[in-house]
Amino acid sequence: MKSSSAGWIFVAPALAALGVFFVIPVASALAMSFTDFDIYALADIANLRFVGLSNYVRLLQTPLFWQALLNTFYFVVVGVPLSIAVSLGAALLLNSRLVRFKAFYRTALFAPVVTTLVAVAVVWRYLLHTRYGFLNYALAAFGIDPIDWLGDPHWAMPAIIVMSVWKNFGYNMVILLAALQAVPAELYEAARIDGASALRQLRDVTLPALAPVLLMVSILTMAGHFQLFAEPYVMTQGGPAQRTITVLYFMYDEGFKWWSLGSASAVAFVLFVIMFAVTLLQLRAARYTEAA
Amino acid sequence: MSDARPAKSLAINAALAVVAALTLFPLAWMFSASLMAPGETSVFPPPLLPRSVTLANYRELFATAGIGRQIANSALIAACATVLSLVFNLSAGYAFAKLRFAGRDATFRTLLGALVIPGQVAMMPLFLMLKQMGLVNTYAGALVPWLASVFGIFLVRQYALSIPDELLEAARIDGAGELRIFTSIVLPLLTPIVVTLAVLTFLGSWNDFMWPLIVLTDRELQTLPVALAGLSREHVQDTELMMAGSVVTVLPVLVLFLVLQRYYMQGLLMGSVKG
Repeated sequence: MKSSSAGWIFVAPALAALGVFFVIPVASALAMSFTDFDIYALADIANLRFVGLSNYVRLLQTPLFWQALLNTFYFVVVGVPLSIAVSLGAALLLNSRLVRFKAFYRTALFAPVVTTLVAVAVVWRYLLHTRYGFLNYALAAFGIDPIDWLGDPHWAMPAIIVMSVWKNFGYNMVILLAALQAVPAELYEAARIDGASALRQLRDVTLPALAPVLLMVSILTMAGHFQLFAEPYVMTQGGPAQRTITVLYFMYDEGFKWWSLGSASAVAFVLFVIMFAVTLLQLRAARYTEAA
Repeated sequence: MSDARPAKSLAINAALAVVAALTLFPLAWMFSASLMAPGETSVFPPPLLPRSVTLANYRELFATAGIGRQIANSALIAACATVLSLVFNLSAGYAFAKLRFAGRDATFRTLLGALVIPGQVAMMPLFLMLKQMGLVNTYAGALVPWLASVFGIFLVRQYALSIPDELLEAARIDGAGELRIFTSIVLPLLTPIVVTLAVLTFLGSWNDFMWPLIVLTDRELQTLPVALAGLSREHVQDTELMMAGSVVTVLPVLVLFLVLQRYYMQGLLMGSVKG
């Protein structure tokens, strides 16, 4: 067996699996989004018709789809910066030389990341309970009246954001901690000699050194946040007043509740295009600030 | 400066202790509440510890709700997903790192490019395809997305790059075939990344929700997260029972993570430097 043919033989099973179960479905999804694939086509493929862009046009005329987009953007725009800020804060604390039991703390703060999303969403539903939940109990100590977290249209998405920050901040914390440990100590030494305060060191040494990692972390975190689904499915079922319906939730209902698979495919592609555009925008912005 | 040290040290350690306590609280309370008598949590202020420890919720979970079946489903699917992902990704990752073949780098770049496509785009056609093949509502249907993954191939490749070429050349000169080299020289060297990929895949499959929700509608075949989501809709008021269900779902992966933490973190950090 020559090395060159061996190479293809070694990668063939993986490429075949990805081709059959990913590339072909993605291409088919694009094709399906131009058809009226629904429950009738599911029963008999002869009922399938090519409808051009009408799935996309109809989506743009559907108020619930706009609501889903709006809710998803709310989650991304508030949740991503908050999540990264908490990750960075925790990483900075953990990176201090004064910390004892560092390994324990790192594990403790990371633990929510490996837990099952559905299970902890169930737990949080009770922590967020209006009357018997711990969150309102803690807020009462500060004189804040009980909030109907999951029942009030204004508070449901913030509640999901809080839960999601708790669940995810450990992931970026570990990545940022590794990046912090790679910042050369001489940089801090030089800043100290120049009499820079801790805050200035953070602004002028730490953050610039972390910039590439922060960019990567924000791109990945944003991609994850655009795919919000299980939290609202378990905690609010899209309510109250449809304030927690997300794009993927909408896609799931469209495709697997109403069996409008053509329309669901269009939703998936709209989400894909938005995610792609936002990622490009971030890269462009990063290059711009770098040049400036 | 030396005066400020103890105060600063105390402040930082205290801050971390508070953050850690807040982070662990939901998990600790989940364990605690799962051991409370039915209805015990529905008082104000909410209780921290059970008045007397009871396993009644767990008995109910297994006897009435039959959660044992879903535990077995989750374990079986996660174990098979792990084995399959190793079979498909190890050889590919190694080949992309160490074997020379026409179109290798272009193929690898294309794979990395595919990472921008969210997996949910494929779900509708994949469902139809599996329906055609009669694999909806089967374990095989739940396993299909776990066969090969770009991330898995990438992870193995990054690790395999460190294998010295001289080692492989020497084996070739000795007349060993490529398959033999892979199984007897490369695989032992890849052991750490095998463990990493295995634990990442097992946890990923165990915790997965959307695809099993779509493809496994039969209760007898459902995985724990899907069954738990269903239970939580039926038993909204049964806080303690739901906490027991959450413990049963979370505990296996939490323990697995704690045991294999080093490998898990390695995978996380390697996966994040794809740049």
